[in-house]
Amino acid sequence: MTKIKTHVLCCGGTGCKASASDQIIDEFQNILKEKGLQDEVQVIRTGCFGFCEKGPIVKMLPDNTFYTQVKPTDVRKIVEEHIIKGRKVTDLLYLDPENKQHVSDSKHMGFYKKQLRIALRNCGFINPENIDECISRGGYEGLGKVLSEMTPQQVIDEITKSGLRGRGGAGFPTGVKWGLCAKNKADQKYVVCNADEGDPGAFMDRSIMEGDPHSIIEAMAICGYSIGATKGLVYIRAEYPLAIHRLQVAISQAREYGLLGKDILGSGFDFDIELRYGAGAFVCGEETALIHSMEGKRGEPTFKPPFPAVSGYLEKPTNVNNVETFANVPIIITKGADWFNKIGSEKSKGTKVFALAGQINNVGLIEVPMGTTLREIIYEIGGGIKGGRQFKAVQTGGPSGGCLTTKHLDTAIDYDSLMAAGSMMGSGGMVVMDETSCMVAIAKFYLEFTCEESCGKCSPCRIGNKRMLEILDKITKGNGTMEDLQELRNLAGVIKDTALCGLGQTSPNPVLSTLDNFWDEYVEHVVDKKCRAGVCKQLMHYEINPEKCIGCGACARVCPQEAISGEKKMAHHIDNMKCIKCGACHEKCKFGAIEIK
Amino acid sequence: MAKVKSLAELKAMREKLQSNLDLREKSNDPDSMVQVKVAMATCGIAAGAKQVMEHMMEKADEMKLKIVFTQTGCMGYCHAEPTIEVKVPGKDPVVFGHVDNKKADEILSKYVLNNELVEGIIPVNYETIS
Repeated sequence: MTKIKTHVLCCGGTGCKASASDQIIDEFQNILKEKGLQDEVQVIRTGCFGFCEKGPIVKMLPDNTFYTQVKPTDVRKIVEEHIIKGRKVTDLLYLDPENKQHVSDSKHMGFYKKQLRIALRNCGFINPENIDECISRGGYEGLGKVLSEMTPQQVIDEITKSGLRGRGGAGFPTGVKWGLCAKNKADQKYVVCNADEGDPGAFMDRSIMEGDPHSIIEAMAICGYSIGATKGLVYIRAEYPLAIHRLQVAISQAREYGLLGKDILGSGFDFDIELRYGAGAFVCGEETALIHSMEGKRGEPTFKPPFPAVSGYLEKPTNVNNVETFANVPIIITKGADWFNKIGSEKSKGTKVFALAGQINNVGLIEVPMGTTLREIIYEIGGGIKGGRQFKAVQTGGPSGGCLTTKHLDTAIDYDSLMAAGSMMGSGGMVVMDETSCMVAIAKFYLEFTCEESCGKCSPCRIGNKRMLEILDKITKGNGTMEDLQELRNLAGVIKDTALCGLGQTSPNPVLSTLDNFWDEYVEHVVDKKCRAGVCKQLMHYEINPEKCIGCGACARVCPQEAISGEKKMAHHIDNMKCIKCGACHEKCKFGAIEIK
Repeated sequence: MAKVKSLAELKAMREKLQSNLDLREKSNDPDSMVQVKVAMATCGIAAGAKQVMEHMMEKADEMKLKIVFTQTGCMGYCHAEPTIEVKVPGKDPVVFGHVDNKKADEILSKYVLNNELVEGIIPVNYETIS
């Protein structure tokens, strides 16, 4: 009998799928067959590896060789060189941006060195559509343990002791939440998984569901046992087709194995899960709005109390947790609360998954212990700022969060330190910005998002944010006054105090934090009518530096307005009356002669 | 598929399934395990390296030894193929030449298990950068 000598792990997350990972897998299978190696090499489609910047990723085991940006046409070379002859295909290896050397395996990549993967423990390691692989990694043993060895109260105590806090953003202690729901007596209770991930640039939950769907199913069943619920619902956005598919496959496999359904593991406990699809409204990530949406009503929040733990879905006690929160639960049960609460910082235990995006070298999905500093994340894991430019700010917490600056780089990240710095943990989106970003424009971007997504139920959010957006628009067009800046603060204060739901109350945060941390930039826009980043079109213009211009004419050719003129081999000139500031010339010029003024 | 009826059954199932993922689990921390690299260039394959590797993998399983097997390119000892490099944690790697099934058994039972040297060692005249 031939033995399997090599495993080829190929990323099947949404990102890598979009860049042809399916064809790569097919190609591997075809070529391996052609070479008669199909019994020696196993090709596995996994969830996200996190290193999306350089996808599609192909990882070879057991030697951990990490191939990046693999194309279907590269597969033959990998099979012939790596698998048959044992030589690494050097030009597909990850190139260290610092020392320009190829890194042969993932153990030596800066991106992975500082990470600790708990919620993502199986992502990029198992085939998410194969329950056997999940079970051989200890899947469902947490559920087995609670059903056979623990009382519901013991489960709640264990989760409370672990210090796990809600990963959806607010950071409420999970064990306490479960305890509140457990106390309420009812003929039916519900466990809801909030998979309505809506922050711009965030894809933590999607990746967990795509890479390790069974961890969510197991955790929901554990929660159901502890609070006395037999029904689970996953509220997931319809625009996550792959995550939905993987969850459906996982649910039917779990039912087949008797890990969902009646009398699970012979314990007498019944539990089953259904999916509910959301239409992608941001406000439906708020738990009361989410519940109304599931009931078929308008996705609008209602005042708390009553909390869902008392009266939630169909007015029954309901416990709502976020995907990442659930992903932590099974391993806390199997490894114990004392293992978990040693990881992280004093008040924030465990790890946090972040979606790194923006002007950073290693865009991707990472998981770090709470208490890791922004500097470690941005420079060591993220590989620094793109193009060697200067770091300016990092936005955390999405539309509810704020922008942090260089002075916060050494802040240890946890729920409380981010709150103290004027931002928040949020669900884990982390957008890095450099000197080419205008902070006023960034605040405006997030406010536009909030205005678009506001459900309109309460006037502070519906009207207040609209007024703030109008003021920001005025400032970016060069018509702002110092009074406007004061007015922004006043409005923000009122919205914070009076909006109905958590999303409304936090919606002024992007404006407030930029006002606090980038006051000078606001003043420049208002007083000097200048945008230093060159983003606000009305406050800038392009000029050609005659010293640098060689008169090649490339700029004139791309200008859609024919605003650039000049003799061949002589310095050119831009007619600012005709210029629409599209920036095409600036991008085209190889000599850096076109400058933003 | 029959339903899993108890935690004990689930654990037994895990035990049974685990070997499928063995190769992946081992790769998580290869430095803590014995690593065997089999030279699998054209010359090695021609001299029978493939069969020896198969045999060694089965034997290691039989003996319940946790070993990470990798294929590498030519090590340069074409006169002594098949060659394998064995690295026991905390020790320098040792290269053995002319490895056939019998020699492979000897390496596992004597060198890996009892740290006894066996004949056929090729003095290492190179350093590997990590």
